Amino acid sequence: MTVRRLNSEQPADFSLTPKNLEWAKGQIAKYPEGRQASAVIPVLWRAQEQFDGWLPEPAIRYVADLLGMPHIRVLEVATFYTMFQLAPVGNKAHIQICGTTPCMLCGSEKLIDICKKKIAPHAHEVSEDRNFSWEEVECLGSCSNAPMVQIWKDTYEDLTPEDFEKLLDDIAAGKEVVPGPANGRRFAAPLGGATTLTEIKDSTKGLDPLAHVVNGAAAASEVFAGASINGGEGGSPMNGGVGVKAPASKASAVPKKSDAAKKAAPAAEKPAKAVAKKDGPELLKAPRGGKADDLKKIKGLGPKMETSINELGIYHYDQIAGWGEAELAWIDDKLKIRARLEREDWPGQAKVLAAESEG
Amino acid sequence: MLKDQDRIFTNIYGLHDWGLKGAMRRGLWDGTKGILENGRDWIIEQMKASGLRGRGGAGFPTGLKWSFMPKEIGERPHYLVVNADESEPGTCKDREILRHDPHHLVEGCLIAGFAVGAHTAFIYVRGEYIRERERLQAAIDQAYEAKLIGKNNKNSWDFDIVVHHGAGAYICGEETALLESLEGKKGQPRLKPPFPANVGLYGCPSTVNNVESIAVAPTILRRGGAWFSGLGKPNNTGTKLFGLSGHVERSCVVEEELGVPFRELVEKHAGGVRGGWDNLLAIIPGGASVPLLPASECEDLEMAFDSLKAKQSGLGTAAVLVMDKSTDVVKAIARISYFFKHESCGQCTPCREGTGWVWRVMERMARGEAQKSEIDTLFNVTKQVEGHTICALGDAAAWPIQGLIRHFRPEIERRIDEFTRNADPAEAPLVAVE
Repeated sequence: MTVRRLNSEQPADFSLTPKNLEWAKGQIAKYPEGRQASAVIPVLWRAQEQFDGWLPEPAIRYVADLLGMPHIRVLEVATFYTMFQLAPVGNKAHIQICGTTPCMLCGSEKLIDICKKKIAPHAHEVSEDRNFSWEEVECLGSCSNAPMVQIWKDTYEDLTPEDFEKLLDDIAAGKEVVPGPANGRRFAAPLGGATTLTEIKDSTKGLDPLAHVVNGAAAASEVFAGASINGGEGGSPMNGGVGVKAPASKASAVPKKSDAAKKAAPAAEKPAKAVAKKDGPELLKAPRGGKADDLKKIKGLGPKMETSINELGIYHYDQIAGWGEAELAWIDDKLKIRARLEREDWPGQAKVLAAESEG
Repeated sequence: MLKDQDRIFTNIYGLHDWGLKGAMRRGLWDGTKGILENGRDWIIEQMKASGLRGRGGAGFPTGLKWSFMPKEIGERPHYLVVNADESEPGTCKDREILRHDPHHLVEGCLIAGFAVGAHTAFIYVRGEYIRERERLQAAIDQAYEAKLIGKNNKNSWDFDIVVHHGAGAYICGEETALLESLEGKKGQPRLKPPFPANVGLYGCPSTVNNVESIAVAPTILRRGGAWFSGLGKPNNTGTKLFGLSGHVERSCVVEEELGVPFRELVEKHAGGVRGGWDNLLAIIPGGASVPLLPASECEDLEMAFDSLKAKQSGLGTAAVLVMDKSTDVVKAIARISYFFKHESCGQCTPCREGTGWVWRVMERMARGEAQKSEIDTLFNVTKQVEGHTICALGDAAAWPIQGLIRHFRPEIERRIDEFTRNADPAEAPLVAVE
């Protein structure tokens, strides 16, 4: 057993975004009536992904209320299962290193030393720049590809210390990294080519792992996960799956928001929309009828952000509701909040709130 | 050596399309309806005739397990539960099925579900296998879309498959702990009896099977139980996915006949032991929970349930961990002790306290910082844990230590001697001052 306690500092409040809530309800519906408690692990997991990779105490209460379970039962679950992180993890990546015997024999101790040197001296400690954290975990089930690490959804296998240092550097620099074996072999086939299955007549070719940018738990939650997983309009796993990038528009847009979208948006979108919308959303000098909507009702939008947004000339839900690429680029230019805004789906939330206030 | 035509998993390396079309091209979903039309008794008879023993480690005959389910569906629905909580160090075979050949499992679920009278299957995938879970779900979606499963499907047996997942607890691979976890609780094993076939998931009759056991079923039924029982050895029939890890030249997962000689397995598929056969120190033949075997036992070792049991070890999940002579074998086993200490669910005192105690002693033994008499004490304690817990995790924690003491006692004693000899009396006070 391990001693697992809740973090000493906790946020005041937690709730799932409307999109994730809808997803959670879809999960609950999978189980027989009255057995909604079965969904506790998937829903807690989604909550953890939404909350930058760790599970705060209010989330435990929230999930318990959602599933009609006593709080203590969900606390038990959250502390029993070790993949639930009870303290903050790195913003970009939380590195899980398999340290059990098969990986240990193949050199995982060296990987742990690198983490101690480059990230933080102790497991579960966040690095100085807040971007990384690490822990040693008990068997990630890729023993034939030892030593290996898991970051969010993907595994990086057959790592030499040099490979691993490069992986960390690339993630830190925002460069794309490729999951799967680092030594170029095909998944769990022997290095140099399979010794079996050479006579199988099938001309189709399997998918290769594709490069992607690693940038936080919430991004990983959206990226590549298909419609069947998220129940949304995301990329289809038919196109991808195991560490493979789905080419659908939304899926590829998310991981690249830091570079490609930013670069593309001002260049392509701004001139086109300049006349109609003055570079962005419709702005007001003062709230209509002298009374602004309570923008704080949008989850993730706090009082400070409300003031900043008001100063820009945005006072009402309907001003946020219809935001598309141009507006997102515009607001990111002003306030640098695009990542959060997309993750928590402010336009979507605003749409619901706008409809509510009208009706 | 097994021929490719007799291999069941034809895409474990993801060389070809994993999807429905690819799977069909490789012969899956062929005549599934016909198999179901033969009836439940025929399916169970064929499974029994095939001699398939459960691939999750314990080796219980699968056909027999299915026959334990109540014949008639009463008020309580029947459930099929698939155990994809593959978490034992050394074991990584189901992963390849889930991510590269998922339709074996999907079709197998339908057939097994029919055989046990279940209209719903739950597949419990370990939390860490996120991509694998996504891939499996995608395969299930394809099957729904093609009307192979679901309500009013082409195979005339209404069937739903739900993918569930855990969040990092080895113990949930134990079948009753898995059911607890699936019900939304901590994964703490239940007392048996009642067995899951009578009181399982949600209190309903349930069959819990390993991924590989279910995934081989369609091929066995298509080709006949006799084909499967013709492979391998008597009472250890068929093919099996073997995982080779540790100090081999080219570690891999590969499908071979049961009873394949260890030496052939490792030399043909994994390029041999690192540094040559003579450099072999020991192997752990079936995942962390089985006792290790020294090189002297490996020369003519056959990889099968019975032959390994005869050597006081076990086939387990057929995940072979190879250790060459550079290995610190005491430390390697100490790390396994830490694994079991970490993964004990805390329900039974002998296991909760015993695994921690054993690990602390093992850490000292690895440094040699112990008394020789403690070796016997350690052995006795593992005997106290073994068999005195609700589930087999206590046994699993005890066996590796017993195996180590059985085969490497001189090495442990050598370390203790060395440590004692090097203990420098002049330095001791300094350490004390610090």
